Amino acid sequence: MTARTARGAAAATVAAVLITGVAACSQPAGSGGSGAADSAVVGIATEPETLSPLLGYGKDGNSKIFDGLLAHDAGMKLKPALAQALPEVSADGRTYTYRLRPGVKFSDGAPFSAKDVVFTYRTILDPTTNNASRTELDAVENVEAKGEDTVVFTLKYPYAPFAERTVLPIAPEHIAGKQDVNSGEFTTKPVGTGPYVLTGWSKGEKLNFRANPGYWGGEAAVKKFTMAVIKDDDVRATRLRAGELDAAILPPNFAKALSDQHSAKDKARRTYAAKTFDYRNVTLPTHNEVTGDPAVRQALDIAVDRTAMVEGLLEGAGKPAYGPVPTDSPWFTPGTERAHDLERAKRILDDAGWKPGGDGIRVKDGVRAAFPLWYTSGDKIRQDHALAFASDARKAGIEVRTEAGTWEVIEPRMKTEAVLAGGGSPADPDFDQYLLLKSSLGGDGFNNMAWYDNQAVDRALDEGRQSGDATARKAAYDTVQRELVKNPGYVFLTHIDHLYVVNDKWDGLTTQVEPHDHGLGSGPWWNVESWKPKQK
Amino acid sequence: MARMAGRRLLFAGPVLLAVTFGVFAIAALSPFDPVKAYAGTAGLTASQAELDQLRANLGVDRALVPRWWDWLTSALTGDLGTSSVMRRPVAEVIGERLGWSVLLAVCAFAVAVLAGTALGVLAARRRGGPLDRCATSLAYTLEAAPAFWLALLAIWLFSIRLGVLPSGGLTDAASEVVTAGQVATHLVLPALVLGISQLPWFYLYVRQGVADALDEDPVRGARARGLAERKVLLGHALRSGMLPMLTLIGSRVPELITGALLVETVFSWPGIAAATVEAATSVDFSLLAALTVLATAAVLAGNLLSDLLYGLADPRVGFDG
Repeated sequence: MTARTARGAAAATVAAVLITGVAACSQPAGSGGSGAADSAVVGIATEPETLSPLLGYGKDGNSKIFDGLLAHDAGMKLKPALAQALPEVSADGRTYTYRLRPGVKFSDGAPFSAKDVVFTYRTILDPTTNNASRTELDAVENVEAKGEDTVVFTLKYPYAPFAERTVLPIAPEHIAGKQDVNSGEFTTKPVGTGPYVLTGWSKGEKLNFRANPGYWGGEAAVKKFTMAVIKDDDVRATRLRAGELDAAILPPNFAKALSDQHSAKDKARRTYAAKTFDYRNVTLPTHNEVTGDPAVRQALDIAVDRTAMVEGLLEGAGKPAYGPVPTDSPWFTPGTERAHDLERAKRILDDAGWKPGGDGIRVKDGVRAAFPLWYTSGDKIRQDHALAFASDARKAGIEVRTEAGTWEVIEPRMKTEAVLAGGGSPADPDFDQYLLLKSSLGGDGFNNMAWYDNQAVDRALDEGRQSGDATARKAAYDTVQRELVKNPGYVFLTHIDHLYVVNDKWDGLTTQVEPHDHGLGSGPWWNVESWKPKQK
Repeated sequence: MARMAGRRLLFAGPVLLAVTFGVFAIAALSPFDPVKAYAGTAGLTASQAELDQLRANLGVDRALVPRWWDWLTSALTGDLGTSSVMRRPVAEVIGERLGWSVLLAVCAFAVAVLAGTALGVLAARRRGGPLDRCATSLAYTLEAAPAFWLALLAIWLFSIRLGVLPSGGLTDAASEVVTAGQVATHLVLPALVLGISQLPWFYLYVRQGVADALDEDPVRGARARGLAERKVLLGHALRSGMLPMLTLIGSRVPELITGALLVETVFSWPGIAAATVEAATSVDFSLLAALTVLATAAVLAGNLLSDLLYGLADPRVGFDG
């Protein structure tokens, strides 16, 4: 080695040290914060804009900071929370009376009472409050306190699922009532009655919680609870693998990769697949001359291979969907499953006069059986579903052109062009079916995107909404599902499982049936307050 | 020198004013709907009446000019308005995040400038040598590599394989307090990645500048007079070789801001860059306008800085030129 190359090598070494030295002089980070058994760190994908229930946070129940009058158990059955018992409903279905649990305190020590409930509901119903979900309380005519411990709701019309709406969190009047409801400090520094108290929110990074020692349900065993906000799926999987997270929500391929690795460290992980009402469907707009034809709708509905989609796109983590109600729900109507039957689809189209043209695409009265299908750009699962749908439709002689766009691009076209949509709400069949199928809501915002119009369905929806009788309600929603077989307004493709990978450190983990939205309370940590450290 | 700085500052006023108006105009033309952004997923089930009510509450259906004027006049009195996407006063949002972004950017810049200069000088000294060949090809590779990819690579190596550095956040996820020690360890990877992604430009400029200077007559003369190699290199060649780099320092500022955007996202760094994207896609006028003013000011200051440095380093350059 000449002196010259030796000096060169030395210089290169110096340079390398210079670059990596910055890294070397910091102490090892250790196992992050996830060592202790009384603390849990979970990785979530989306962050709420606000933590104020008055602006819509936690409206579907299960907020860690707040309680509603009622709450859901693991099976999504209603149970009392801030109320002592389920409400008393008057015979005409228009008056709901709640008796409140005595001795409950907000985490700042102030007592909870009926006036906080009245304040919460009245504020949400106030049009100057920027709460985009106010429509959900449309049925409420009045809410008032009868003394300290009783609240009475009067409805404009009988609304059977109303009790499901009262899981929404109750805000303290003595704090939230003294500031601007839309931008006050309460929107980011909430105070509630729930099992956890927010101790810090570093926006874009994490939310820190501590067990509320004065919680009426008893203090939680997991004392410190952290939600790390990590938007990117790759990064979330990586940080879980690096040991910085105890649990995370992951897309199917990542969850599979993590559970397939059997290193010593990875063995202590479990995958939880939460059953959901989260569907993906294709709207069939009535105002399009192709998708508006009942024969085309019916043909498409059986031309799609749902099972292949579940296996191919979701790695098996999901179910074929035949309507908004998943097949394992008690609200599902057995017998409405449709098998993949390409030959019958072709026959239906032939019989209706859609004859194959020169390029294999069918034509009827000079109209080509072709329509565009929009999906939201950047959403891989929707894109995959759209492409699979288009490929299945092509086999039946219908051309579906898939196009990507943002909602701003898609919305003005929804009346005549198909959209790969998603939704789902497990609490009550009324919640999404009414908005999805009621003819009078056609084109009202994002409600009834396909402008579905079926009088039998309209009548059944009203019956299901107003009847207080469980059997009558079941019959009504059976009618809806049977009508959707005869005249589909949407092709329902799949119900998607939500996957969570969790370190195996606790007992008592379950998942709830989950909606389309990923709230903070979704996932195995929906009941983190009742987790117990595993006995070694 | 003071005259140039003063003139630039006078000029900055109208530029900033025009930029804020531009932001409002472009945002008003953009296809994004602030009401939908505000409502989030709830907007997908809201009725039209509900969305109209929100639109009125948020005041986003007002005309462009009065809205801009209102924002400007209250901004001048110190009230930056309320961010609709963060649901908080804009001043609070910026105050909370800006410091972390500045810390990240300054550290990254230091890494890029110092390491880039050192490597550049060493490479220029032995052009074609092993260090030069390695560093230059590496620099071209890095120039092409997206910061996002570098970040994932760094996490894979330092957090997963070696387990020596945390892969994200400002502090350990479970930690409720922000301590200097924690921030220091969490800062290393993002600052290194951002710094290294900027390094090639500095390295290549310095290498070229110093190499050219070494061939120039004054340096050859200095060598011929028997001056020490060190003195020739640092005193003469580096001084004139640094000139192009000084302009570079200022012009890299915008790049640093966009680079920080990706790096902050990957490392869950709670800085201002991530908020900027959110503000833009949500048409959050108040936040977006304030952030744009900040970014424009940073670019103007960067240009001023590089001109000042250039003038100081090369006496032939007049400040009034």
